[in-house]
Amino acid sequence: MSIKLKKTEVVIVGLGAAGGYAALALARAGVEIIGLEAGPRWKPTDFPMDEIRNDVRNYLGQPKAAKEVPTWRLNASQPATQGGGISVIMANGVGGSSIHYGMEQWRYTPWNFKVRSQSIKRYGPNALPADATTTDWPISLADVEPYYDKVEYDMGVSGKAGNIKGKKIPGGNTFEGPRRRPYPLPPLRRSGWNDMTAAAAKRLGWHPFPGPAAIRSRAYRGLPGCEYCGFCTSNGCMVEAKGSTNFNAIAEAERTKHLKVLTHARVTKIETDSKGRASGVTYVKGGKTYFQPAHMVILSTYIYENTRLLLLSTSKAFPNGLSNNSGQVGKNYMSHVYSGVNGFFPGKQLNRFNGPGAQRTSSDDWNGDNFDHTGLGFIAGGVIDSRMENKPIGQARSTPPSVQSWGSAWKDWLHTNGNSVGDAFGQIECLSYESNFVDLDPVVKDPYGIPVARVTFDLGAQEKARAAFVTAKCVQLLKEAGAAETWVSFPTQPIGVNSHAYGTTRMGSDPATSVVNKWLISHEVPNLAVLGGSTFPTNTGYNPTNTIEALAWRAGDHIAKHWKTITS
Amino acid sequence: MHADAEGPEREGISRSGLLKRAAVIGVTATLPAVGTAQYGVADAATVTATRQAALTPTQTAVLEAFVNRLIPADANGPSGTDAGVAAYIAHSLNGGLAGGIAVTAPLYAAGLTAVDAWSQSAYGGVFTALTPDKQDAVVADIQSGKATGFIPSAPTFFAIVHEHSLEGMFGDPVYGGNKNFAGWNLVRYPGVQMPVPPAQQKLDVAVKTAHRSAYSFPGFAAGKKEAQA
Repeated sequence: MSIKLKKTEVVIVGLGAAGGYAALALARAGVEIIGLEAGPRWKPTDFPMDEIRNDVRNYLGQPKAAKEVPTWRLNASQPATQGGGISVIMANGVGGSSIHYGMEQWRYTPWNFKVRSQSIKRYGPNALPADATTTDWPISLADVEPYYDKVEYDMGVSGKAGNIKGKKIPGGNTFEGPRRRPYPLPPLRRSGWNDMTAAAAKRLGWHPFPGPAAIRSRAYRGLPGCEYCGFCTSNGCMVEAKGSTNFNAIAEAERTKHLKVLTHARVTKIETDSKGRASGVTYVKGGKTYFQPAHMVILSTYIYENTRLLLLSTSKAFPNGLSNNSGQVGKNYMSHVYSGVNGFFPGKQLNRFNGPGAQRTSSDDWNGDNFDHTGLGFIAGGVIDSRMENKPIGQARSTPPSVQSWGSAWKDWLHTNGNSVGDAFGQIECLSYESNFVDLDPVVKDPYGIPVARVTFDLGAQEKARAAFVTAKCVQLLKEAGAAETWVSFPTQPIGVNSHAYGTTRMGSDPATSVVNKWLISHEVPNLAVLGGSTFPTNTGYNPTNTIEALAWRAGDHIAKHWKTITS
Repeated sequence: MHADAEGPEREGISRSGLLKRAAVIGVTATLPAVGTAQYGVADAATVTATRQAALTPTQTAVLEAFVNRLIPADANGPSGTDAGVAAYIAHSLNGGLAGGIAVTAPLYAAGLTAVDAWSQSAYGGVFTALTPDKQDAVVADIQSGKATGFIPSAPTFFAIVHEHSLEGMFGDPVYGGNKNFAGWNLVRYPGVQMPVPPAQQKLDVAVKTAHRSAYSFPGFAAGKKEAQA
């Protein structure tokens, strides 16, 4: 039997990037919130600069995410197995994965919201593959821009604007959509490697810029600036210079006294009443089971857990899982595609040892619809980054294929040349297809006996062509920068289980092909909101966090403004 | 997890369930393309369950000799075993050092025995009795898949030992590998610094070597204890 608690106005399941900013918006409006977080409340001293603990062992994911790694298969006729992804490095804890992500804080472009219609308009009716399920977003950049601005100024994002109110600004990303004002903070420090790759990109006629980062380049709103320690990705910030929601949005929301945070609270089901409305959530904490009634439920875990919890939350009104009478939960799954290329610069000391990975040179020339795709056989593209944060274990893996990966020759090459290897990394868009989806695994269970999520995912022909194109651009950039030799360090492959996953509770205007509306509220359950990358109709070449946070803030504002209608 | 006063809830996890899970993961483990994730799935209870000696003395000797071919002693520094790499792996397999790779213990035990079997059949002696040249030939056979008798495959075994050797050699010395910063000296990694001044990120400057572990900075006592457990 569960212990029934006093009803609250809103219960938020998962306090990461999305839950954090939704909580902030609602708390500022005076809404009473209970925030349930499966992980602990980490302290800065839980974030040592330790590559084994962070990058190799994913310490911050151990409380929950690492125990429920989804299985994966390439197609529905194969068995799915665990351990087939590359990096499920999601974190559990107050702040979620906003604690330890790479902090690349992009805005999406106007085109990103209208991939289907714009591609057909420019390239004809066959621009998208016949089996692609891609839809336009039900919103435009103009809907999101005010919230990008709020998020960027809340946490202190560092970058160089490339388009202020339509005026293009050289040195920033001139491909970005209009923004109302510059970034609140100047870009992160430029390293020698950053300058070297930017100069090469310019010589090629590209438009390089310092990639935007959710890392404070200097102190901002009482929080400190970056120390460039070089243990940023996969780790929390020990000096609190990252725009993680535990340092920012959640801390602010708690100061309003309207947000009460419960840690180590693992939600097992979203409950519904006889009318099919969400009535609250059941969670387990300290070995006891509780029922937390609420007027509104906000589901804001990661993609896999959003899907799993909905599918597990069956009831009379929703026999196939909550908000899934349409059968759309789990559909339209996407995972980023990558292409990593290393370049060897003989005799050059590149000194990429430290700094955050987000301290980088970005080129957006081969992303989205920023170039003419006529005759290429694919739409979209990828962003190309040349980063810092070359940690020692990672560096030891960076020898070229022409050198045996062990023995004295390997040691000698590493010692002589290890500091002369640079990289260009492409992050590439993937469309959604009928054949790529997430459901519950019929066999594999987590330690609590609950089925894990099962991913069915493979790359389409367009994805492969797009990745090959971006790979060639990475090679071109490194050669122009002076590389004597280049090699693929990270071959393009389908990554079924990924910390860059998207879709499964898509937003849209048509309830037959989407799960939530443009405010991220369920089509089928009027007092249930689902937040995060799971709502994205396209995955773009960019990292999602800025958009996840902006849309969560927007949803929170909407819920507060229309509280009576939504909850009555 | 010591992040806050309260421990993680543990209801419903049975010891047998954990062991079953550990076995499944051990068998299906393959090398992650970027060296993350899979081996992190062990949790504290799994570690306790597999804490007793994962390797026999013979297997340990093979491991040390194997690691010394991956990372031989030469003009560029000490051998992997002298740098603490084999000890890092063995201790981790026994569930120590925060237990990150304990789930691969069965794979190691079987694999190291298979190394000896292949050495015998192809080169006429157990691995530790072979000359370095012949040991290199055995390692190459395992890497290429020419060697047989490995589960799931010789290249998988090679990839796992190789990956863990890199962890031991180039990871933070708190885990017992990278002794005297041998690994970091090899790749010229200057050591953990906080803050890193702009001059250290310029091209072609000689970076100052600090030879510091993360755990020489104040505040990480809890993490250090876990790393050395």
